[in-house]
Amino acid sequence: MSKSKKQQICIMTVTGADRVGIIARLATAMAEANINIVDVNQNIMEDFFVMTMAVDITRASIDTEKIKKRLDRIAKEMSLKITFQDENIFKAMHRV
Amino acid sequence: MRVSVEEVFETVRMTLNHHFDIRTVTLGINLKDCIDRNINRFNERIQKRIIAKGIQLNKLAETTEHKYGIPITNRRISVTPVSLLLEPLPSKAETAVKIAKALDKAARNARIDFLGGFGALVQKGMTAADKNLISAIPQALSKTKRVCGFLNLASTQAGINMNAVERTGHIIKKLSAGTKDGAGCAKLTVFANVPEDNPFMAGAHHGTGEPDFSLNIGISGPGVVRSVVAQNPKCELTQLSEVIKRTVFKITRAGELIGREIAELMKVDFGIVDISLAPTTSAGDSVAEIVEAMGVTQIGRPGSTAALSMLVDAVKKGGSMASGNVGGLSGTFIPISEDAGMIRAVKAKALNIEKLEALTSVCSVGLDMFAVPGDTPAEVISAIIADELSIGVINNKTTGVRIIPVPGAKVGDIAHFGGLLGSAPVMEVPKIASPKFIARKGRIPAPLTALRN
Repeated sequence: MSKSKKQQICIMTVTGADRVGIIARLATAMAEANINIVDVNQNIMEDFFVMTMAVDITRASIDTEKIKKRLDRIAKEMSLKITFQDENIFKAMHRV
Repeated sequence: MRVSVEEVFETVRMTLNHHFDIRTVTLGINLKDCIDRNINRFNERIQKRIIAKGIQLNKLAETTEHKYGIPITNRRISVTPVSLLLEPLPSKAETAVKIAKALDKAARNARIDFLGGFGALVQKGMTAADKNLISAIPQALSKTKRVCGFLNLASTQAGINMNAVERTGHIIKKLSAGTKDGAGCAKLTVFANVPEDNPFMAGAHHGTGEPDFSLNIGISGPGVVRSVVAQNPKCELTQLSEVIKRTVFKITRAGELIGREIAELMKVDFGIVDISLAPTTSAGDSVAEIVEAMGVTQIGRPGSTAALSMLVDAVKKGGSMASGNVGGLSGTFIPISEDAGMIRAVKAKALNIEKLEALTSVCSVGLDMFAVPGDTPAEVISAIIADELSIGVINNKTTGVRIIPVPGAKVGDIAHFGGLLGSAPVMEVPKIASPKFIARKGRIPAPLTALRN
């Protein structure tokens, strides 16, 4: 159940018009920064791409600010809206 | 258990569309140990401390902002009430002005937009240093940009110090005359029952019961609550109260998480979460619009007081469930100039000063950021203050007044205070109120707290 190694999980959300290669592009960006993907939830709602990706940044080679900058670039190029936040914010807000 | 997609998107939508943020992170700094009989040595010490801590606060707030993806809108500093620091120094107004300038410079160097604490607690009486500070307020606040002042003129335990209330009327007039559109008055709040850990300007200060440093946080503004109320246009009021409670629970939890983290990184005590909803003039970020989304045609019309009281109560219930550290003012702000809905209501004549006073009897902060003609006599200003503070004293709660006489302006003119302070239509107030009552001075005794019917 509990993993011996401490993880720092961040949640990425992606929304935008569906097109080829969104996940591939994001997964590559994560791999380049040595970030492990632990969970992906993806859905298409009326041609609208909606995805959450849980990633572990414990061994990341760059800091959150840089990760966000790279994601911002991808968001601009692919006309997507991408957010990237520490998982604890969601836990604090949505768990009593 | 991992959070669900719906939960994630609820938070993301709040941030992207409804101004979900941390409204303010305010570091309280004790300056008592800097006290010196030499003003230059004293100023040097306080500047060193404020600059070091202010830079650190800004840096760590940015790191935390990146980590959680929630904007931290304001980073501020509050200090020990300056009247205490003035005690051993020469009793001259210029000494107090010098300290204000030193605080201003420190705030500027630390990139802090507002620093609070240029004030005194005089609910029962005034020391020589208190009197000195009060006389220096017009100069100190008009010659500085970032320094905010406060005066506690009344409390439930002491009653209302009418000597100080009378004096304050003149001080506010003088301060107004020294600044464009009276904007200096936007940096001065007078209180009854002032809390010593309030993170919001202009009344923030670091009280004498506080530790060396204390990190206080103000939760998200009203945009998030307005949007959930608007999404429930027809549900009955008990249910609506539940919806508000649940939302405020969430935003308070976010505030607490981020506040605790910054405090830990700074290695200072975490103080309180202030659950006041603080509006800005950005579209949708308005308390008046929450009341209107509840079904009141325009804030100020009959029904407003009941709706606002329900809103404030639901906010308190949700917030206190979310955090054991709720404190500060924790009401709901209804400033005129900083809330687009309030401005509209004044322009439409739906809201006048009398109804505004009634609204403040059910929500914490009092008559806030409202403009009156510049020729309003000092006694009228004092009388407005006395009325508002008596609401706080009798009801055992905080009330405040931030009144801005605008030189040369007439009723209906628009006064611009610049930046975050917004702009406000000049409201009508009588040209004569209670000159003989105010001239009596003395103290209105502390009220009976038993036999409360």
